[in-house]
Amino acid sequence: MMTHTQTKLGRRAFIGGVCSIAVARPAVAMTADDATAFITRLIADIYRVIDSGVPEADMIPQFEALFGRYADIDIMAQYALGVDGRSASPAQKAAFSDAFSGYIAKKYGARFGEFIGGRIEVESARKIKPGYEIKTTAYLRGESPIDVIFLVSDKSGELQFFNMFLEGVNLLLTERSEIGSMLDQRGGDLDTATLDLKVAR
Amino acid sequence: MINTFRSAKTLRNLTMLVLVTGLAACSGAPRVEPTGINDPHEQNNRKVHAFNKKIAGSGNGGGLAKAVPVEFQTIIHNVAENMSMPQVAVNSFLQGDIQGFGLATSRFAINSVLGFAGMVDAASEFKVPEHDTDFGETLYVWGVGEGAYYELPIIGPSTGREVAGRVVDLFTNPLSYALESPEKYVGTAAKLTDRVLKNSRRSDMISDVLDGSTDSYAQARLIYLQKRRYELSSRTGTMATYDDPYAN
Repeated sequence: MMTHTQTKLGRRAFIGGVCSIAVARPAVAMTADDATAFITRLIADIYRVIDSGVPEADMIPQFEALFGRYADIDIMAQYALGVDGRSASPAQKAAFSDAFSGYIAKKYGARFGEFIGGRIEVESARKIKPGYEIKTTAYLRGESPIDVIFLVSDKSGELQFFNMFLEGVNLLLTERSEIGSMLDQRGGDLDTATLDLKVAR
Repeated sequence: MINTFRSAKTLRNLTMLVLVTGLAACSGAPRVEPTGINDPHEQNNRKVHAFNKKIAGSGNGGGLAKAVPVEFQTIIHNVAENMSMPQVAVNSFLQGDIQGFGLATSRFAINSVLGFAGMVDAASEFKVPEHDTDFGETLYVWGVGEGAYYELPIIGPSTGREVAGRVVDLFTNPLSYALESPEKYVGTAAKLTDRVLKNSRRSDMISDVLDGSTDSYAQARLIYLQKRRYELSSRTGTMATYDDPYAN
């Protein structure tokens, strides 16, 4: 079982490596308009899934696919792992990254049900260190508007978001704390934590 | 017996807290935006958290919010909001927030008269936006530090500054002085009902944090502190600075 997972991941990491070489290109400076358009596309794609009317269980894999396309999962997973990630092997990191992606899609995707009948409006773009801060407002039915901020960067070679804030709550920081607690509970064993993350929620 | 002793001690501590924060306010210390977690009472807070979690688990989930018609929930929310406006006006005034004072006063006037004693949010129809604040924010504006983190029974996560604010807010509502006995409790009753209904609507999210997390205490603490700090700092137009994960 373990070997199977590892070979699979090894292959995936290899393909990923080849792809990123193919994708990597001389950095053309991203503009505020690019970043805004990127988030506008992301929102449209999220709503396409929500409005499709499929049951929630079927939405989750679609959200995970969107997350894979729009987010820089590797950097997010690395940040969430924090200092515990430094001693991890590349294979461990890849396995964690994979589990993390599914976990985030499940955890946050389940929340998107509340977006039915609502809308998200892009408000502004501001230059920050690794890219742009895109401020949006989510208008949900029967709730006060919610500030949603996306941080976008092209440091990975393509436009991707690498963090999200809901009413000031930092997704990466919150998940870093959660992953930290998981690791503590498992005596710092990353492999067990990764397996548990896969089945979490 | 021990409990009585404890609560007497807690009350005394709270009184001290109010006095100390009051003094700190007078000193006009510069505002510091905190980032870390200051939780010296973690052991006690964790006990309260376990208690709160038990209470949350004994509720009927989102059942209440589903059973009560949305229209009725909106009316409760509107009345609660309207009855809190004089207090919001007082706190806005204390913060030197003239615009907030104007919004709260206008909303109270419009909704009390045109909104059938606050049942209808007529002010929003006239594009007078909602405004909410409390004495906790007033203390923040006055430069009072955040204080230690507390998890309060039933109420949940809070900080020293917010606890002091809550105590003072028991006395800053002009309506409680202006109204006669049964009427002056309408606002409080509406506020409590509104809170219960809101928690019920959010029960999925609350149980996600409480049941879905390895350390729900740490998650609730982190989420609360981030949200409250954001609420306070974003009103003063402070630009957020972000960690750059690509830099490491």
